[in-house]
Amino acid sequence: MTDVTMTVNGKAVTRSVPDTMLLSDFLREELRLTGTHIGCDTSQCGACVVHLDGKAVKSCTALAVACDGARVTTIEGLATGGVLHPMQKAFNDNHGLQCGFCTTGMIMTGVDMVNRYRAAGRTLDEAAIRHELEGNICRCTGYHNIVKAISQAAAEMAAPQAAE
Amino acid sequence: MRATVSIRGGAHTPEPHESAVGHVTGSAPYTDDIPEPVGTLHACLGLSEIAHGRIVSMDLDAVRAAPGVVAVLTAADIPGANDISPTGLGDDPVFPTDTVAYHGQPLFAVVAETRDQARRAAALARIACDPLPAILGVEAALDAGAPDVTPPLTLARGDAEAALQAAPHRLQGRMRIGGQDHMYLEGQIAFAIPGEDGTLTVHCSTQHPAEAQQMVAQVLGLPFNAVTVQVRRMGGGFGGKETQMNLFAAVAALAATRLDRPVKLRPDRDQDMIATGKRHDFVADYDVGFDAEGRIQAVDARLAARCGFSADLSGPVTDRALFHADNGYFYPHVRLASRPLKTNTVSNTAFRGFGGPQGAVVAERIVEEIAFALGEDPLTIRQRNFYGPGRDVTPYHQRVEDNILPRLVAELEASSDYRARRAAILDFNAQGGVARRGIALTPVKFGISFTATWYNQAGALVHIYKDGSVGLNHGGTEMGQGLFTKVAQVVASALQVDLARIRVTATATDKVPNTSATAASSGADLNGMAALDACRKLKARLVAFASDRWDVAADAVAFAPNEVRVGDAAIPFDAFVKEAYMARVALSATGFYKTPKIHWDRANGQGRPFYYFAYGAAVSEVEIDTLAGEYQVTRTDILHDVGRSLNPAIDLGQVEGGFVQGMGWLTTEELWWDADGRLRTHAPSTYKIPLASDRPRRFNVALADWSENREMTIRRSKAVGEPPIILAISVVEALSMAVASVADYRVCPRLDTPVTPERVLMAVEGLRAAGDG
Repeated sequence: MTDVTMTVNGKAVTRSVPDTMLLSDFLREELRLTGTHIGCDTSQCGACVVHLDGKAVKSCTALAVACDGARVTTIEGLATGGVLHPMQKAFNDNHGLQCGFCTTGMIMTGVDMVNRYRAAGRTLDEAAIRHELEGNICRCTGYHNIVKAISQAAAEMAAPQAAE
Repeated sequence: MRATVSIRGGAHTPEPHESAVGHVTGSAPYTDDIPEPVGTLHACLGLSEIAHGRIVSMDLDAVRAAPGVVAVLTAADIPGANDISPTGLGDDPVFPTDTVAYHGQPLFAVVAETRDQARRAAALARIACDPLPAILGVEAALDAGAPDVTPPLTLARGDAEAALQAAPHRLQGRMRIGGQDHMYLEGQIAFAIPGEDGTLTVHCSTQHPAEAQQMVAQVLGLPFNAVTVQVRRMGGGFGGKETQMNLFAAVAALAATRLDRPVKLRPDRDQDMIATGKRHDFVADYDVGFDAEGRIQAVDARLAARCGFSADLSGPVTDRALFHADNGYFYPHVRLASRPLKTNTVSNTAFRGFGGPQGAVVAERIVEEIAFALGEDPLTIRQRNFYGPGRDVTPYHQRVEDNILPRLVAELEASSDYRARRAAILDFNAQGGVARRGIALTPVKFGISFTATWYNQAGALVHIYKDGSVGLNHGGTEMGQGLFTKVAQVVASALQVDLARIRVTATATDKVPNTSATAASSGADLNGMAALDACRKLKARLVAFASDRWDVAADAVAFAPNEVRVGDAAIPFDAFVKEAYMARVALSATGFYKTPKIHWDRANGQGRPFYYFAYGAAVSEVEIDTLAGEYQVTRTDILHDVGRSLNPAIDLGQVEGGFVQGMGWLTTEELWWDADGRLRTHAPSTYKIPLASDRPRRFNVALADWSENREMTIRRSKAVGEPPIILAISVVEALSMAVASVADYRVCPRLDTPVTPERVLMAVEGLRAAGDG
């Protein structure tokens, strides 16, 4: 067991956890942040994407102990003051979800791609969104409304720091 | 005046999914998110590592001795029946006792303090078996004379043999159609919590809580009323949780009962894919006679399916394949036969379309063959063979009464500019480049109703609380398809209250009993009607109350938006409800519905198994690289019939998602068993469902807004869940055209599915080699 301290959704947390514990399990089981979903256990599906120091990672690929000192944002930390983040609002507005299981990971990936493209001064067009979503799978929607949602949010996200 | 105001969120409006805000904030819990009581244990299954053999010994000592292990459970621990066969055939053990029937079959369960400990312990089992010969695929089963897992079906009308012999043209062919893993993002899971007096509650990701309840009860030897199964939502189902949750529910319940502690069983993705059933793969042999115009005279076809080691739902699945082996076409003389073959593989199960898509693929292949044989545009052949007045009897002797498919196809043909685009593609391909293009328009006709007639019933429960808020519960389950939203919209319209007043609660066997699976696209049809029935009862009581209380005629009482008109007065709904409560009016009602008109005589292959048909059509255009086999779907246009849509946004989502899921089945999703019967594609790393980049580059989807169900369905809507899968056949045929171009369309490429890039390349090379030779 090792003590781990992280800032999760703006709050400092410390837990003593096994060295083999995945970040996804740490978030779900230690902190009960169950909006991070486990879809495939093998870093393929993207349902467990969170932001680690501002960058999207699949939390089933990271060990909790390796995230000591890190800043983690999960889906639960995205809305501020009860107001949906533009990416969350866009998924709602565009019917960008059905069963909802991939949705939280899609949103975290969507926020990350908008931020990265903005920081690099690149245009996040539809083709780019489709390419960027290669690590997130959805079995329900056919991606049509997911892509529309990310496009809308990209237009609405005023500043690159909106994710954090 | 208030008269012009309407309720917010009523039927036919594009409301967001009822859990949309919960989903985008991560606050909508799935089964794995339910807080675990102190003392919760975790189970893991131990799987067979051979495909077929006699069990000599099961040495589980090391499993028992592993850290954290609390118990190991085998067949000997089952107090009731060791059977979870959904059709009661007794061929589906929880754990086998003497014979292993497929690679990956669960043999035992280990229960430990943590999930990690259970998984590590399960790997320590030492199972000794005497191997037996294993039959794995359809063709092997046919060659070996393997038995059927359940009685086959024959549909016949007219004299197919004589008509085939008399036909001016005749051809035969064989098509292999692959299976499909459900790949629901939320895997199987069951969480059993013991209750008082020998009862228990099982939270389970299931499309069929009543069946999970029955299976748990029969495995534990309990009456049904001792078992409550509950599910608020699933992270996808697609048919994969219609029966396949039974094993997980039964094992979690068995462990919880034995140990008197809560037990959760969530297999990892690999176990989930290895140990649960899939869409049936088929081998179809067809013989068709037709005239010089391409009009079909007779069809004789055999559809043989891999069913795995047990029947599961293979009987109704292979029946439905035959029911759809006409797709939209009239066969004057026909004989269709199924072969539900037993194999040493995981038992195949329900998957969105339930055999229907496989049958429709065969129909479209037959038409495509005729078009190639005559050198015609396949759409022309399709249109010549559609059902129509005087040519309207199906192989199962049900008449097609509405015949809207020709109109729908004609509209799509025009709106997609099909003929001009096809001409342009023929010109493009004539240039002889590496890139070749194809385009195809294929239709959908899908029969709506469970073919097991007794399944076509539903119950609902509607409460009006004395503050005017409404509680809604019904037997249907929410798997993302928007059922809860649609039924709530029906209730909102019936009671004339805003949708926000209505809360839908988890499907639970102690609220609405004896429910059917949420399957066969029937969820909104059945549960919407049951909920409406409950609302009608409540409204009748409220009208009687108001008529009495304010001394007006019953027809002077009307439900207006968020208020009740009583004579000239308008009373806000909550105030009205409170008055009714004070006057001791019962404000809770059950509703019930059974589908009318349907009947089915399986022994004679005749009846009206379907209440109505849902239709659609798609045009897809593709471009292939003839040197690599790779391809892109460049454009798809869809026109789909959902009757009068209960929720156009949700229905469009079903059509888009269903098309892409069907495209995955027919193009990239390849299940691969090795020679030892081991599934080699058991994770998304090797099993490829469509990605965002695979979706057609241009994707125009529309609902046929003029369509209304001619039958008295819920608000004249039509079922939408399964039919869109069949739209994806357009991609296969477009690929076929592109491939055929390398041999100047003289030969039908007879592509098997999935049409992977590898198969495209092999087909191109094959045609070229034949041309050179």
